[in-house]
Amino acid sequence: MQADRSKYPELDKNGNPIVDLSSQKYTKIWQGPNHPGVTGNMSLELTLSGDEIVEAKTHVGYLHRGFEKLMERRLYIQCFPTCIRMCVPEADSNEYVLAASIENLTDIEIPEKALWLRTLVLEMARLQVLLRTVPGQASTLSLGLGGQWGMYLRDLILDRFEELTGGRIYHMFIIPGGVRGHLPDGFKERMEENLKGIEEFVGKIENLIFNNSIFKKRTVGVGVIDPSWVSKYGIVGPNARAAGFNRDVRKDYPYLKYKELDFEPLVATDSDIYTRNVIRKHDLITTVDLIRQILAKIPEKGDIRATTPNVLHWEIPKGETYQRSESSRGEYGMYMVSDGSKYPRRINLRGPSYTHAVSLLEKMLINANIADVHSIMVSLQTCPPEIER
Amino acid sequence: MDNIFDDIQKRFEITDIVKQDKNLNFLTCKKELTVSLITHLKNIEGFSHFVLLTAVDWIEDEKFQLTYILNNPDKRIDIGIRTYIDRGTATMDTAHHLWEHVATYQRELKEMFGIDFPGSPRVDEQFILEGWDDIPPYRRDFDTLKYAEETFFPREGRKSNDPAEYMKKKLYPDEEK
Repeated sequence: MQADRSKYPELDKNGNPIVDLSSQKYTKIWQGPNHPGVTGNMSLELTLSGDEIVEAKTHVGYLHRGFEKLMERRLYIQCFPTCIRMCVPEADSNEYVLAASIENLTDIEIPEKALWLRTLVLEMARLQVLLRTVPGQASTLSLGLGGQWGMYLRDLILDRFEELTGGRIYHMFIIPGGVRGHLPDGFKERMEENLKGIEEFVGKIENLIFNNSIFKKRTVGVGVIDPSWVSKYGIVGPNARAAGFNRDVRKDYPYLKYKELDFEPLVATDSDIYTRNVIRKHDLITTVDLIRQILAKIPEKGDIRATTPNVLHWEIPKGETYQRSESSRGEYGMYMVSDGSKYPRRINLRGPSYTHAVSLLEKMLINANIADVHSIMVSLQTCPPEIER
Repeated sequence: MDNIFDDIQKRFEITDIVKQDKNLNFLTCKKELTVSLITHLKNIEGFSHFVLLTAVDWIEDEKFQLTYILNNPDKRIDIGIRTYIDRGTATMDTAHHLWEHVATYQRELKEMFGIDFPGSPRVDEQFILEGWDDIPPYRRDFDTLKYAEETFFPREGRKSNDPAEYMKKKLYPDEEK
Protein backbone atom coordinates (compact mmCIF):
# COMPACT_ATOMS: atom_id res chain seq x y z
CA MET A 1 0.00 0.00 0.00
CA GLN A 2 1.36 3.41 -0.91
CA ALA A 3 1.78 5.74 2.06
CA ASP A 4 -0.01 9.09 1.98
CA ARG A 5 2.81 11.57 1.51
CA SER A 6 0.55 14.58 1.05
CA LYS A 7 0.93 15.85 4.63
CA TYR A 8 4.06 14.39 6.15
CA PRO A 9 6.77 15.36 6.01
CA GLU A 10 6.70 18.89 4.72
CA LEU A 11 9.68 19.58 2.52
CA ASP A 12 11.84 22.69 2.33
CA LYS A 13 12.87 24.29 -0.97
CA ASN A 14 15.81 21.83 -1.25
CA GLY A 15 13.53 18.83 -0.84
CA ASN A 16 14.70 18.06 2.70
CA PRO A 17 12.04 17.18 5.30
CA ILE A 18 11.12 19.86 7.84
CA VAL A 19 11.07 17.90 11.04
CA ASP A 20 9.64 19.57 14.12
CA LEU A 21 9.91 17.02 16.90
CA SER A 22 7.74 19.14 19.22
CA SER A 23 4.82 18.73 16.80
CA GLN A 24 4.58 15.10 18.02
CA LYS A 25 4.23 13.94 14.43
CA TYR A 26 7.75 12.59 14.44
CA THR A 27 9.92 10.41 16.64
CA LYS A 28 13.69 10.28 16.57
CA ILE A 29 15.41 7.04 17.51
CA TRP A 30 18.93 5.65 17.34
CA GLN A 31 19.67 2.21 16.02
CA GLY A 32 23.12 1.00 16.98
CA PRO A 33 26.05 1.09 17.40
CA ASN A 34 25.59 -2.61 18.18
CA HIS A 35 23.37 -3.50 15.32
CA PRO A 36 21.89 -6.67 13.86
CA GLY A 37 22.44 -5.30 10.37
CA VAL A 38 26.21 -4.99 10.23
CA THR A 39 29.41 -6.79 11.12
CA GLY A 40 30.77 -3.93 13.20
CA ASN A 41 29.62 -0.82 14.99
CA MET A 42 27.61 1.83 13.26
CA SER A 43 24.64 3.93 14.28
CA LEU A 44 21.65 5.19 12.40
CA GLU A 45 19.82 8.31 13.49
CA LEU A 46 16.30 7.72 12.27
CA THR A 47 13.40 10.15 12.20
CA LEU A 48 10.09 8.37 12.01
CA SER A 49 6.57 9.30 11.13
CA GLY A 50 4.64 6.37 12.61
CA ASP A 51 6.75 3.39 11.58
CA GLU A 52 8.01 5.00 8.38
CA ILE A 53 11.38 6.64 8.12
CA VAL A 54 11.40 10.22 6.87
CA GLU A 55 15.08 10.94 7.46
CA ALA A 56 18.15 8.78 8.13
CA LYS A 57 21.70 9.71 9.02
CA THR A 58 24.60 7.31 9.26
CA HIS A 59 26.98 7.81 12.19
CA VAL A 60 30.36 6.11 12.14
CA GLY A 61 33.56 6.50 14.15
CA TYR A 62 33.13 3.75 16.75
CA LEU A 63 35.97 1.73 15.19
CA HIS A 64 38.22 4.57 14.05
CA ARG A 65 41.86 3.92 14.89
CA GLY A 66 43.45 6.14 12.27
CA PHE A 67 44.93 3.27 10.26
CA GLU A 68 45.77 5.44 7.26
CA LYS A 69 47.64 7.90 9.48
CA LEU A 70 49.38 5.11 11.42
CA MET A 71 50.69 3.60 8.19
CA GLU A 72 52.48 6.86 7.36
CA ARG A 73 54.78 6.12 10.31
CA ARG A 74 55.43 2.49 9.44
CA LEU A 75 57.72 0.67 7.02
CA TYR A 76 55.82 -0.77 4.07
CA ILE A 77 56.08 -4.30 5.44
CA GLN A 78 54.77 -3.09 8.82
CA CYS A 79 51.64 -1.77 7.09
CA PHE A 80 50.36 -5.30 6.48
CA PRO A 81 49.20 -6.10 10.05
CA THR A 82 47.56 -2.65 10.16
CA CYS A 83 45.80 -2.61 6.81
CA ILE A 84 44.20 -6.04 7.14
CA ARG A 85 42.12 -4.68 10.02
CA MET A 86 40.39 -2.20 7.71
CA CYS A 87 37.76 -4.84 6.96
CA VAL A 88 37.87 -7.72 9.40
CA PRO A 89 35.54 -10.23 7.68
CA GLU A 90 37.51 -10.11 4.44
CA ALA A 91 41.05 -9.19 5.39
CA ASP A 92 42.72 -10.72 2.33
CA SER A 93 41.49 -8.05 -0.10
CA ASN A 94 43.35 -5.50 2.04
CA GLU A 95 46.65 -7.35 1.90
CA TYR A 96 46.29 -7.98 -1.82
CA VAL A 97 45.70 -4.30 -2.76
CA LEU A 98 48.55 -3.21 -0.48
CA ALA A 99 50.98 -5.73 -2.00
CA ALA A 100 49.75 -4.93 -5.52
CA SER A 101 50.28 -1.18 -4.94
CA ILE A 102 53.86 -1.71 -3.76
CA GLU A 103 54.55 -4.04 -6.69
CA ASN A 104 53.04 -1.58 -9.17
CA LEU A 105 55.33 1.18 -7.95
CA THR A 106 58.41 -1.08 -7.98
CA ASP A 107 57.70 -3.12 -11.15
CA ILE A 108 58.19 -6.46 -9.45
CA GLU A 109 57.11 -9.53 -11.38
CA ILE A 110 55.32 -12.15 -9.32
CA PRO A 111 56.09 -15.86 -9.87
CA GLU A 112 53.39 -17.93 -11.58
CA LYS A 113 52.69 -20.17 -8.61
CA ALA A 114 52.34 -17.19 -6.25
CA LEU A 115 49.74 -15.67 -8.58
CA TRP A 116 47.68 -18.85 -8.39
CA LEU A 117 48.02 -19.04 -4.61
CA ARG A 118 46.94 -15.41 -4.27
CA THR A 119 43.89 -16.09 -6.45
CA LEU A 120 43.07 -19.10 -4.26
CA VAL A 121 43.30 -17.08 -1.05
CA LEU A 122 41.08 -14.30 -2.41
CA GLU A 123 38.43 -16.81 -3.50
CA MET A 124 38.59 -18.64 -0.17
CA ALA A 125 38.06 -15.27 1.53
CA ARG A 126 35.04 -14.58 -0.68
CA LEU A 127 33.67 -18.05 0.10
CA GLN A 128 33.85 -17.65 3.88
CA VAL A 129 32.24 -14.21 3.70
CA LEU A 130 29.38 -15.40 1.50
CA LEU A 131 28.76 -18.40 3.76
CA ARG A 132 28.02 -15.88 6.46
CA THR A 133 26.26 -13.21 4.39
CA VAL A 134 23.78 -15.22 2.32
CA PRO A 135 22.16 -17.15 5.18
CA GLY A 136 22.85 -14.15 7.43
CA GLN A 137 20.24 -12.22 5.49
CA ALA A 138 17.62 -14.75 6.64
CA SER A 139 18.92 -14.47 10.21
CA THR A 140 17.98 -10.78 10.23
CA LEU A 141 14.41 -11.97 9.79
CA SER A 142 14.73 -14.48 12.66
CA LEU A 143 15.27 -17.40 10.31
CA GLY A 144 18.40 -18.42 12.17
CA LEU A 145 18.95 -22.03 11.09
CA GLY A 146 20.61 -21.17 7.78
CA GLY A 147 22.87 -18.67 9.51
CA GLN A 148 24.11 -21.22 12.03
CA TRP A 149 24.64 -23.82 9.34
CA GLY A 150 26.56 -21.32 7.22
CA MET A 151 28.76 -20.36 10.18
CA TYR A 152 29.66 -24.02 10.68
CA LEU A 153 30.71 -24.38 7.04
CA ARG A 154 32.59 -21.08 7.23
CA ASP A 155 34.49 -22.45 10.19
CA LEU A 156 35.68 -25.36 8.05
CA ILE A 157 37.03 -22.89 5.48
CA LEU A 158 38.79 -21.08 8.33
CA ASP A 159 40.39 -24.46 9.17
CA ARG A 160 41.78 -24.55 5.63
CA PHE A 161 43.01 -20.98 6.05
CA GLU A 162 44.71 -21.99 9.29
CA GLU A 163 46.60 -24.86 7.71
CA LEU A 164 47.59 -22.77 4.69
CA THR A 165 48.50 -19.50 6.41
CA GLY A 166 48.68 -20.13 10.16
CA GLY A 167 45.81 -17.73 10.87
CA ARG A 168 42.04 -18.02 10.84
CA ILE A 169 40.85 -14.41 10.38
CA TYR A 170 44.00 -12.39 9.65
CA HIS A 171 46.36 -14.25 7.36
CA MET A 172 49.10 -11.90 6.08
CA PHE A 173 49.78 -14.61 3.51
CA ILE A 174 50.13 -12.20 0.60
CA ILE A 175 53.35 -10.23 0.89
CA PRO A 176 55.21 -7.96 -1.54
CA GLY A 177 56.69 -10.18 -4.24
CA GLY A 178 54.50 -13.23 -3.68
CA VAL A 179 53.08 -15.33 -0.88
CA ARG A 180 54.42 -16.88 2.33
CA GLY A 181 53.98 -20.58 1.71
CA HIS A 182 53.06 -23.58 -0.45
CA LEU A 183 49.92 -25.69 -0.27
CA PRO A 184 50.15 -28.21 2.60
CA ASP A 185 50.02 -31.93 1.79
CA GLY A 186 46.46 -33.17 1.42
CA PHE A 187 45.05 -29.64 1.25
CA LYS A 188 43.26 -30.22 -2.06
CA GLU A 189 41.47 -33.32 -0.77
CA ARG A 190 40.34 -31.65 2.45
CA MET A 191 39.17 -28.57 0.54
CA GLU A 192 37.22 -30.77 -1.90
CA GLU A 193 35.43 -32.38 1.03
CA ASN A 194 34.46 -28.92 2.33
CA LEU A 195 33.30 -27.79 -1.10
CA LYS A 196 30.99 -30.81 -1.41
CA GLY A 197 29.44 -29.88 1.94
CA ILE A 198 28.92 -26.32 0.77
CA GLU A 199 27.25 -27.48 -2.46
CA GLU A 200 24.86 -29.59 -0.43
CA PHE A 201 24.19 -26.54 1.77
CA VAL A 202 23.42 -24.33 -1.24
CA GLY A 203 20.85 -26.88 -2.40
CA LYS A 204 19.22 -26.92 1.02
CA ILE A 205 19.01 -23.15 1.48
CA GLU A 206 17.09 -22.95 -1.78
CA ASN A 207 14.08 -24.35 0.08
CA LEU A 208 15.02 -23.19 3.56
CA ILE A 209 15.51 -19.54 2.60
CA PHE A 210 14.83 -18.62 -1.00
CA ASN A 211 11.50 -20.46 -1.32
CA ASN A 212 10.44 -19.53 2.19
CA SER A 213 7.23 -17.47 2.04
CA ILE A 214 8.16 -15.22 4.98
CA PHE A 215 11.60 -14.53 3.54
CA LYS A 216 10.06 -13.67 0.18
CA LYS A 217 7.40 -11.45 1.73
CA ARG A 218 10.03 -9.48 3.64
CA THR A 219 12.55 -9.15 0.81
CA VAL A 220 10.79 -9.08 -2.57
CA GLY A 221 10.16 -5.48 -3.60
CA VAL A 222 11.82 -4.15 -0.43
CA GLY A 223 14.97 -2.00 -0.41
CA VAL A 224 14.95 -1.35 -4.15
CA ILE A 225 17.97 0.38 -5.67
CA ASP A 226 16.95 2.42 -8.69
CA PRO A 227 19.32 1.70 -11.62
CA SER A 228 19.89 5.45 -12.05
CA TRP A 229 21.51 5.49 -8.60
CA VAL A 230 24.34 3.13 -9.56
CA SER A 231 26.53 5.84 -11.06
CA LYS A 232 25.11 8.62 -8.88
CA TYR A 233 26.02 6.85 -5.62
CA GLY A 234 29.08 4.88 -6.78
CA ILE A 235 27.41 1.49 -6.33
CA VAL A 236 29.63 -1.52 -7.08
CA GLY A 237 29.72 -5.32 -6.90
CA PRO A 238 26.63 -7.47 -6.26
CA ASN A 239 24.53 -4.40 -5.43
CA ALA A 240 25.23 -3.00 -8.92
CA ARG A 241 24.81 -6.39 -10.61
CA ALA A 242 21.37 -6.80 -9.00
CA ALA A 243 20.41 -3.46 -10.61
CA GLY A 244 21.37 -4.62 -14.10
CA PHE A 245 24.99 -3.41 -14.30
CA ASN A 246 27.57 -6.06 -15.11
CA ARG A 247 30.37 -4.80 -12.86
CA ASP A 248 33.02 -7.20 -11.64
CA VAL A 249 36.67 -6.17 -11.30
CA ARG A 250 37.73 -9.79 -11.94
CA LYS A 251 36.18 -9.59 -15.41
CA ASP A 252 36.59 -5.89 -16.23
CA TYR A 253 40.21 -5.46 -15.09
CA PRO A 254 41.51 -9.05 -14.88
CA TYR A 255 44.22 -9.34 -12.24
CA LEU A 256 46.14 -12.32 -10.85
CA LYS A 257 44.88 -15.42 -12.73
CA TYR A 258 41.23 -14.52 -13.29
CA LYS A 259 41.73 -14.28 -17.04
CA GLU A 260 42.51 -18.00 -17.12
CA LEU A 261 39.42 -18.97 -15.14
CA ASP A 262 36.01 -19.71 -16.57
CA PHE A 263 33.19 -17.89 -14.77
CA GLU A 264 30.32 -15.54 -15.48
CA PRO A 265 28.90 -13.17 -12.84
CA LEU A 266 25.10 -13.13 -12.62
CA VAL A 267 23.27 -9.93 -13.53
CA ALA A 268 19.64 -9.25 -12.64
CA THR A 269 17.27 -6.31 -12.75
CA ASP A 270 14.80 -6.44 -9.86
CA SER A 271 17.33 -4.80 -7.55
CA ASP A 272 15.57 -5.59 -4.26
CA ILE A 273 16.86 -7.40 -1.17
CA TYR A 274 15.82 -10.77 -2.58
CA THR A 275 17.61 -10.22 -5.89
CA ARG A 276 20.83 -9.07 -4.20
CA ASN A 277 20.81 -12.32 -2.25
CA VAL A 278 20.16 -14.38 -5.37
CA ILE A 279 23.22 -12.68 -6.88
CA ARG A 280 25.30 -13.54 -3.78
CA LYS A 281 24.06 -17.14 -3.80
CA HIS A 282 25.20 -17.38 -7.41
CA ASP A 283 28.54 -15.85 -6.37
CA LEU A 284 28.81 -18.58 -3.73
CA ILE A 285 28.29 -21.31 -6.32
CA THR A 286 30.74 -19.57 -8.68
CA THR A 287 33.38 -19.32 -5.96
CA VAL A 288 33.13 -23.04 -5.19
CA ASP A 289 33.69 -23.72 -8.88
CA LEU A 290 36.55 -21.22 -9.09
CA ILE A 291 38.37 -22.82 -6.14
CA ARG A 292 38.13 -26.19 -7.90
CA GLN A 293 39.50 -24.66 -11.11
CA ILE A 294 42.34 -22.96 -9.23
CA LEU A 295 43.34 -26.09 -7.30
CA ALA A 296 43.45 -28.02 -10.57
CA LYS A 297 45.69 -25.44 -12.18
CA ILE A 298 48.14 -24.51 -9.40
CA PRO A 299 51.59 -25.68 -10.49
CA GLU A 300 53.12 -28.33 -8.24
CA LYS A 301 56.54 -26.71 -8.35
CA GLY A 302 57.84 -23.20 -8.68
CA ASP A 303 58.90 -20.12 -6.76
CA ILE A 304 56.37 -18.44 -4.54
CA ARG A 305 58.22 -15.19 -4.00
CA ALA A 306 60.18 -12.82 -6.20
CA THR A 307 63.45 -11.41 -4.94
CA THR A 308 62.87 -8.08 -3.23
CA PRO A 309 65.19 -5.72 -1.36
CA ASN A 310 65.49 -6.10 2.41
CA VAL A 311 62.05 -5.05 3.60
CA LEU A 312 63.51 -3.18 6.57
CA HIS A 313 65.44 -0.84 4.26
CA TRP A 314 63.18 -0.86 1.21
CA GLU A 315 62.70 2.57 -0.33
CA ILE A 316 59.78 2.57 -2.74
CA PRO A 317 60.30 4.81 -5.83
CA LYS A 318 58.47 8.11 -5.86
CA GLY A 319 55.04 7.89 -7.48
CA GLU A 320 51.39 7.12 -6.98
CA THR A 321 49.04 4.33 -7.97
CA TYR A 322 45.54 2.97 -7.56
CA GLN A 323 45.03 -0.80 -7.42
CA ARG A 324 41.70 -2.56 -7.15
CA SER A 325 40.30 -6.03 -6.55
CA GLU A 326 36.80 -7.49 -6.42
CA SER A 327 35.88 -8.23 -2.82
CA SER A 328 32.63 -10.01 -1.98
CA ARG A 329 31.09 -6.53 -1.64
CA GLY A 330 32.49 -5.10 -4.87
CA GLU A 331 35.38 -2.89 -5.92
CA TYR A 332 37.98 -2.66 -3.19
CA GLY A 333 40.80 -0.28 -4.00
CA MET A 334 43.86 1.37 -2.57
CA TYR A 335 45.44 4.68 -3.52
CA MET A 336 49.10 4.87 -2.52
CA VAL A 337 51.54 7.77 -2.73
CA SER A 338 55.26 7.26 -2.21
CA ASP A 339 57.74 10.11 -1.71
CA GLY A 340 60.69 7.79 -2.32
CA SER A 341 61.30 7.01 1.36
CA LYS A 342 60.88 3.85 3.42
CA TYR A 343 57.46 5.00 4.61
CA PRO A 344 54.27 5.54 2.58
CA ARG A 345 53.43 9.19 2.16
CA ARG A 346 49.72 8.44 1.95
CA ILE A 347 47.53 5.38 1.77
CA ASN A 348 43.81 5.71 1.16
CA LEU A 349 41.41 2.83 1.03
CA ARG A 350 38.27 2.77 -1.09
CA GLY A 351 35.85 0.26 0.42
CA PRO A 352 32.38 -0.35 -1.04
CA SER A 353 30.68 0.47 2.28
CA TYR A 354 31.97 4.04 2.13
CA THR A 355 29.31 4.81 -0.43
CA HIS A 356 26.83 1.96 0.19
CA ALA A 357 26.36 2.56 3.90
CA VAL A 358 26.48 6.35 3.99
CA SER A 359 24.98 8.28 1.08
CA LEU A 360 23.15 5.31 -0.49
CA LEU A 361 21.73 3.89 2.75
CA GLU A 362 20.55 7.35 3.85
CA LYS A 363 18.68 7.62 0.56
CA MET A 364 17.29 4.05 0.59
CA LEU A 365 15.90 4.30 4.10
CA ILE A 366 13.59 7.21 3.30
CA ASN A 367 10.01 5.84 3.23
CA ALA A 368 11.26 2.44 4.43
CA ASN A 369 9.57 0.71 7.34
CA ILE A 370 11.51 0.64 10.61
CA ALA A 371 11.27 -3.18 10.61
CA ASP A 372 13.16 -3.39 7.30
CA VAL A 373 16.19 -1.31 8.28
CA HIS A 374 18.46 -4.18 9.31
CA SER A 375 17.48 -6.26 6.26
CA ILE A 376 18.37 -3.39 3.96
CA MET A 377 21.71 -2.90 5.72
CA VAL A 378 22.62 -6.59 5.44
CA SER A 379 21.57 -6.64 1.80
CA LEU A 380 24.12 -3.87 1.13
CA GLN A 381 26.76 -5.97 2.95
CA THR A 382 27.87 -3.11 5.16
CA CYS A 383 31.34 -3.28 6.74
CA PRO A 384 31.81 -0.16 8.96
CA PRO A 385 35.60 -0.42 9.54
CA GLU A 386 36.27 0.33 5.89
CA ILE A 387 34.27 3.57 6.16
CA GLU A 388 36.24 5.10 9.02
CA ARG A 389 39.57 3.29 8.59
CA MET B 1 43.33 7.41 -23.92
CA ASP B 2 45.72 9.64 -25.92
CA ASN B 3 42.75 11.20 -27.77
CA ILE B 4 41.24 12.24 -24.47
CA PHE B 5 44.52 13.82 -23.37
CA ASP B 6 44.93 15.72 -26.64
CA ASP B 7 41.52 17.22 -26.16
CA ILE B 8 41.67 18.11 -22.46
CA GLN B 9 45.30 19.25 -22.56
CA LYS B 10 44.31 22.27 -24.66
CA ARG B 11 41.09 23.08 -22.85
CA PHE B 12 42.15 22.58 -19.23
CA GLU B 13 45.91 23.26 -19.24
CA ILE B 14 46.78 19.88 -17.76
CA THR B 15 50.40 19.01 -16.98
CA ASP B 16 52.54 16.20 -15.49
CA ILE B 17 50.80 13.30 -17.25
CA VAL B 18 52.06 10.01 -15.85
CA LYS B 19 51.06 6.70 -17.42
CA GLN B 20 51.20 4.51 -14.33
CA ASP B 21 49.57 1.46 -15.81
CA LYS B 22 47.90 0.23 -18.97
CA ASN B 23 44.57 1.68 -17.83
CA LEU B 24 45.66 4.22 -15.22
CA ASN B 25 46.94 7.74 -15.81
CA PHE B 26 47.58 10.64 -13.47
CA LEU B 27 47.62 14.30 -14.44
CA THR B 28 47.77 17.69 -12.76
CA CYS B 29 45.17 20.42 -13.24
CA LYS B 30 44.92 23.97 -11.91
CA LYS B 31 42.67 24.42 -8.90
CA GLU B 32 40.30 26.78 -10.73
CA LEU B 33 39.78 24.36 -13.64
CA THR B 34 39.57 21.07 -11.74
CA VAL B 35 35.80 20.86 -11.20
CA SER B 36 35.22 21.90 -14.83
CA LEU B 37 37.62 19.16 -15.96
CA ILE B 38 35.83 16.57 -13.82
CA THR B 39 32.47 17.72 -15.20
CA HIS B 40 33.82 17.42 -18.76
CA LEU B 41 35.23 13.95 -18.14
CA LYS B 42 31.94 12.82 -16.61
CA ASN B 43 29.54 14.31 -19.14
CA ILE B 44 31.54 14.11 -22.38
CA GLU B 45 34.17 11.39 -21.97
CA GLY B 46 32.08 8.82 -20.06
CA PHE B 47 33.94 8.80 -16.74
CA SER B 48 30.70 8.09 -14.90
CA HIS B 49 32.14 6.20 -11.91
CA PHE B 50 33.61 8.40 -9.18
CA VAL B 51 36.12 6.17 -7.40
CA LEU B 52 37.55 8.36 -4.64
CA LEU B 53 38.71 11.76 -3.47
CA THR B 54 41.52 12.12 -1.00
CA ALA B 55 44.30 14.49 0.06
CA VAL B 56 48.06 14.29 0.50
CA ASP B 57 49.76 16.75 2.83
CA TRP B 58 52.98 18.11 1.26
CA ILE B 59 53.81 20.13 4.34
CA GLU B 60 57.32 20.94 3.12
CA ASP B 61 55.83 22.75 0.09
CA GLU B 62 52.98 24.31 2.12
CA LYS B 63 50.50 22.57 -0.18
CA PHE B 64 47.74 19.97 -0.11
CA GLN B 65 47.39 17.66 -3.09
CA LEU B 66 43.81 16.64 -3.81
CA THR B 67 43.44 13.50 -5.90
CA TYR B 68 40.18 12.66 -7.68
CA ILE B 69 40.09 9.22 -9.30
CA LEU B 70 37.51 8.76 -12.04
CA ASN B 71 36.68 5.60 -13.94
CA ASN B 72 35.16 5.01 -17.35
CA PRO B 73 33.31 1.67 -16.95
CA ASP B 74 32.78 1.22 -20.71
CA LYS B 75 36.35 1.85 -21.82
CA ARG B 76 37.72 0.48 -18.54
CA ILE B 77 40.19 3.25 -17.91
CA ASP B 78 41.01 5.40 -14.87
CA ILE B 79 42.21 8.96 -14.57
CA GLY B 80 43.69 10.37 -11.38
CA ILE B 81 43.40 14.16 -11.31
CA ARG B 82 45.82 15.96 -8.99
CA THR B 83 45.31 19.53 -7.97
CA TYR B 84 47.32 21.53 -5.48
CA ILE B 85 45.82 23.99 -3.02
CA ASP B 86 47.41 26.33 -0.55
CA ARG B 87 47.83 24.68 2.82
CA GLY B 88 47.09 27.87 4.73
CA THR B 89 43.71 28.72 3.23
CA ALA B 90 42.85 25.07 2.40
CA THR B 91 39.70 25.71 0.37
CA MET B 92 38.49 23.92 -2.75
CA ASP B 93 35.44 24.15 -5.00
CA THR B 94 32.82 21.54 -4.24
CA ALA B 95 31.93 18.76 -6.70
CA HIS B 96 28.98 17.32 -4.75
CA HIS B 97 26.56 18.25 -7.53
CA LEU B 98 28.19 15.67 -9.84
CA TRP B 99 27.87 12.55 -7.64
CA GLU B 100 26.00 12.14 -4.35
CA HIS B 101 28.85 10.39 -2.51
CA VAL B 102 31.35 13.20 -3.24
CA ALA B 103 29.80 15.11 -0.33
CA THR B 104 30.88 12.31 2.05
CA TYR B 105 34.49 12.48 0.84
CA GLN B 106 34.48 16.27 1.19
CA ARG B 107 33.02 16.04 4.69
CA GLU B 108 35.78 13.63 5.68
CA LEU B 109 38.48 15.87 4.21
CA LYS B 110 37.13 18.86 6.17
CA GLU B 111 37.34 16.89 9.39
CA MET B 112 40.62 15.04 8.83
CA PHE B 113 42.67 17.61 6.88
CA GLY B 114 40.78 20.86 7.55
CA ILE B 115 40.13 21.40 3.82
CA ASP B 116 36.91 23.35 3.32
CA PHE B 117 34.46 22.82 0.45
CA PRO B 118 32.01 25.74 0.78
CA GLY B 119 28.47 24.76 -0.21
CA SER B 120 28.98 21.01 0.21
CA PRO B 121 26.06 19.44 2.17
CA ARG B 122 26.76 18.75 5.87
CA VAL B 123 30.42 19.60 5.36
CA ASP B 124 30.71 21.01 8.88
CA GLU B 125 29.02 18.05 10.60
CA GLN B 126 31.23 15.62 12.49
CA PHE B 127 31.83 12.48 10.46
CA ILE B 128 34.22 10.15 12.28
CA LEU B 129 35.59 12.10 15.22
CA GLU B 130 33.54 13.26 18.19
CA GLY B 131 34.29 16.43 20.11
CA TRP B 132 37.67 16.88 18.41
CA ASP B 133 39.42 20.10 19.48
CA ASP B 134 42.98 19.62 18.16
CA ILE B 135 44.35 20.36 14.67
CA PRO B 136 42.89 18.08 11.96
CA PRO B 137 44.53 14.73 12.73
CA TYR B 138 45.57 13.65 9.21
CA ARG B 139 47.77 16.72 8.73
CA ARG B 140 51.46 15.84 8.82
CA ASP B 141 52.14 18.19 11.75
CA PHE B 142 49.69 16.35 13.99
CA ASP B 143 51.83 14.17 16.26
CA THR B 144 49.91 10.98 17.03
CA LEU B 145 52.42 9.83 19.65
CA LYS B 146 52.35 13.12 21.56
CA TYR B 147 48.54 13.16 21.40
CA ALA B 148 48.30 9.61 22.71
CA GLU B 149 50.73 10.31 25.56
CA GLU B 150 48.84 13.43 26.61
CA THR B 151 45.35 12.00 26.22
CA PHE B 152 45.44 8.42 27.35
CA PHE B 153 46.44 6.83 30.64
CA PRO B 154 49.89 5.28 30.35
CA ARG B 155 50.11 1.53 30.78
CA GLU B 156 53.12 -0.24 32.16
CA GLY B 157 53.30 -2.69 29.33
CA ARG B 158 54.10 -6.36 29.40
CA LYS B 159 56.87 -7.68 31.65
CA SER B 160 59.02 -10.54 30.49
CA ASN B 161 60.97 -12.90 32.71
CA ASP B 162 63.56 -15.54 32.20
CA PRO B 163 61.45 -18.70 32.79
CA ALA B 164 64.20 -20.55 34.69
CA GLU B 165 64.92 -17.65 37.03
CA TYR B 166 61.24 -16.87 37.51
CA MET B 167 60.28 -20.41 38.47
CA LYS B 168 63.29 -20.74 40.73
CA LYS B 169 62.19 -17.65 42.65
CA LYS B 170 58.60 -18.89 42.77
CA LEU B 171 59.35 -22.44 43.86
CA TYR B 172 62.37 -21.90 46.09
CA PRO B 173 62.03 -18.37 47.50
CA ASP B 174 64.28 -19.19 50.46
CA GLU B 175 67.20 -20.41 48.41
CA GLU B 176 68.46 -16.94 47.59
CA LYS B 177 68.47 -15.87 51.19
